Amino acid sequence: MARQGKEPIFSAKNLRLLTDPVGDNNPITVQVLGICSALAVTVKLKPAIVMALSVIIVLTVSNVVISALRQYIPERIRIIVQLVVIATMVILVDQFLKAFVFDVSKQLSVFVGLIITNCILMGRLEAFAMANKPFPSLLDGIGNGAGYGLILVIVAFFREFFGSGTVYGYPILQKIGIFHTGYENNGMVILPPMALIFVGLIIWVQRSRNKSLIEKK
Amino acid sequence: MKQFSNRYIFVFSAIMVVVVATLLSLAATLLQPAQEKNLEIEKKKSMLESINIPATRENTEELYDKYIKESFVINSKGDTVAGVNAFTVVLRNEQKKPLEDQYLPVFKAIPDDGEKVTIIPVEGKGLWGPIYGYVSLRSDLNTIYGVTFDHKGETPGLGAEINTPGFEGMFPGKKLFDEGKFVSVRVEKGGAAPDDVHGVDAISGGTITSKGLQNMLFDCIQKYIDYFNKNRN
Repeated sequence: MARQGKEPIFSAKNLRLLTDPVGDNNPITVQVLGICSALAVTVKLKPAIVMALSVIIVLTVSNVVISALRQYIPERIRIIVQLVVIATMVILVDQFLKAFVFDVSKQLSVFVGLIITNCILMGRLEAFAMANKPFPSLLDGIGNGAGYGLILVIVAFFREFFGSGTVYGYPILQKIGIFHTGYENNGMVILPPMALIFVGLIIWVQRSRNKSLIEKK
Repeated sequence: MKQFSNRYIFVFSAIMVVVVATLLSLAATLLQPAQEKNLEIEKKKSMLESINIPATRENTEELYDKYIKESFVINSKGDTVAGVNAFTVVLRNEQKKPLEDQYLPVFKAIPDDGEKVTIIPVEGKGLWGPIYGYVSLRSDLNTIYGVTFDHKGETPGLGAEINTPGFEGMFPGKKLFDEGKFVSVRVEKGGAAPDDVHGVDAISGGTITSKGLQNMLFDCIQKYIDYFNKNRN
């Protein structure tokens, strides 16, 4: 890290590591990774937020660990090492959730464990942390985790709003009294395929705002 | 990237495994008390739900001590087995034993309406994994006072509906015995008749879970028949 002193900690390049994955290089909407969990844990806002935080923590720590060890990891077993680091982190997070936010951990059930198989993690470790210093890796981890989390939270907000009529468990539609007008919650929004449609809508909005994301024919 | 010798790779892997193992066992040991406490609260909470007392994580312990008056274990003949803590009996392990060796937990509660309620735990198989819950009976040991069900991983919106108030709410008032004969409560596909005291509506799209629940009720409750017959008043 000493040599990094020449470069300001939050140089434009480093900042882009944080902001890029949230926007134009979003892991879900642009790289189309981590879709599986995005469908599963976005029925309600609360589990989505916990899931997002878990992924940010796991990804950031694994990124830093792998990056710090990158000179010492034998190339031939690097994938195994990456997996071990991710798996360790995931188990730790799972244990902490079980101990401190039991209700949420029950809702997330297997999906915390499945962070291990989330392509975003392996992808970032292999593509970024193995080739970069710990600090940029830290930013990359936070950035990609946040990019993933942002989509999760947006999708979860709409699914909870239309599917259950609540926002973070608060029965907002009931308070407005909209149910008296004959409005009903849309049960279909709760089913996983609808999450895909919301993700699709986000991709549509994003690409219509930034034409450079559209693949050339 | 450097070339590493085989010896280096082995040493590296060995150290990595030891470090990770230490870290994980440390975390598991340190967090275990908190996790077990959570499971205990969860269990008490669902027991309270089965007698229609909503509890939060904070007041579960207090309400449990207030409403659950006694707990004991019986065998399939209906006799009390001394020296076993009903709360710590794991139903899944009991179900693997021969019937005569099984410990059957019984919990007695008195909710605010003064009814002497008997709570018994049930556990069975859903579509994807175990389903479980508590059934509470009125003092005639025939009429259902309340139920609560939960599941490990049934399909959301389909089988997972068994732990919604809509489904659970159909059970109170249903009867387990028909003129002294045990018939349990059936889960009727296509809907139970409104005056059917032994049937509730099945869940559309959750047929296997519904069937599993019906079997669970029958299998678990029938072990208590001797006890019920001895203690009915």
